[in-house]
Amino acid sequence: MTIATIDAVPAHLARGRGGGGPAPKRVVVAYGFWIFILSDFVLFSGLFAAYAVLSGNTAGGPTGAELFNLRNVFIETMCLLFSSYTCGLGALSAERRQPARFLILAAFTFVLGAAFLAIEASEFAGMVSKGAGPGRSGFLSSFFTLVGTHGVHVTGGLIWLIYLVAQVIVKGLRPAVLRRLLCWSLFWHALDIVWVGVFTLVYLMGDFR
Amino acid sequence: MDGHDRVFDDRTPGVEHEELTANFLSYTAGLGLAILATIASFVVSQTNLLWAPGIPVGLVVLAFAQIGVHLVFFLHLGSGPDHTNNILALAFGVLIVFLVITGSIWIIANLHANMMPMSVNIPR
Repeated sequence: MTIATIDAVPAHLARGRGGGGPAPKRVVVAYGFWIFILSDFVLFSGLFAAYAVLSGNTAGGPTGAELFNLRNVFIETMCLLFSSYTCGLGALSAERRQPARFLILAAFTFVLGAAFLAIEASEFAGMVSKGAGPGRSGFLSSFFTLVGTHGVHVTGGLIWLIYLVAQVIVKGLRPAVLRRLLCWSLFWHALDIVWVGVFTLVYLMGDFR
Repeated sequence: MDGHDRVFDDRTPGVEHEELTANFLSYTAGLGLAILATIASFVVSQTNLLWAPGIPVGLVVLAFAQIGVHLVFFLHLGSGPDHTNNILALAFGVLIVFLVITGSIWIIANLHANMMPMSVNIPR
C-alpha cells in the first residue's frame, strides 16, 4: 500500500526514501527523538510492571486507599494537561516566529509544571512523615520508584525549558533552536501520556480497590 | 506552488502541516477530549455508575482512549503514508511495553500461585 503511494510520486520529489536526497534535518532529528521517547516508554513499562506486581504487598502497612488524596491527583492531572496544551500552543507560536507569544506560553507551561511538582512533592513529604516512605513495603517502594521517576522526568523537562527559553531570548527562533523546541515539546507531551497511565493504574485503581 | 510539485517528505511527530487555525483548533479539541476522559475516569472510579467488577476494565479503556487523544491531537500522529515510519516505531514500542508488562505480571502471578504457604515453618 505504502509502496504504491510512493511510486505515484516522482522519485525526485520523494525525499528520505532513497530518491530526492536525504530527509530534511528537522525530520531526522524529530524522528530520532521519537525513538528516544519510545525507549523512555519501555523504561516506564518496567516500572509499571513492578508496581502492578508489588501493589498488593503492603506488608501490614498503609494501602493506597488510605494514603491517596484523589482531589490532589485530579488537580495534578489538570496541571499537566493544561501545561501540555500551552506547550503545544507555544510550539505553534514558535513555528510562526512569534517570540513574545512563545515566551508567555512557555511561562504558563513552566508554572503549571512547577505546580504539578509542588503538589507531588508535598504528597511525598506527607507520606514519608506518616511513616509510609519507600522503605515501608513493596507497594510503597514501587510507588515511589514509578511516580518518582515520572517526577524526575518532569523536573528535567522544566530545567530543559529554562535552557531553551534562554536560547530563544539570546539566539532567537532560528532553525536549530526550533528543532530543540520540537524535541522538548515531544518530551513534554510524552510525559503527559505516561501520567495518564500513572493516575489510572496507581491512583484510581489503587483507591477503589 | 501547485500540488504536483510538492515535495513528499516524511512527517515528524508533534507537527501538523495544516492551516494554522486548524492547528490551534486541534490542540483545543484535544484538550477538551482529554479533560472529558479524565473526568470520566475519576467519576467511574468513585461512583457506582459502572458495575463494580467492570470498573478496572472501564478505567483501562478510558486510559487508552485518552492516550489515543494525546497521540492524535498533541503529537499529531496520523495514518497517512508520510507517517509510516513514526507509526511503525510506535507499534514496535507498544509491542515491547506490552511484552514487559503482561510478561512480568504473568510470570510473577505464576510464581506466586506456586509458592509454598508462608505459614509453614521451615526448619532452620
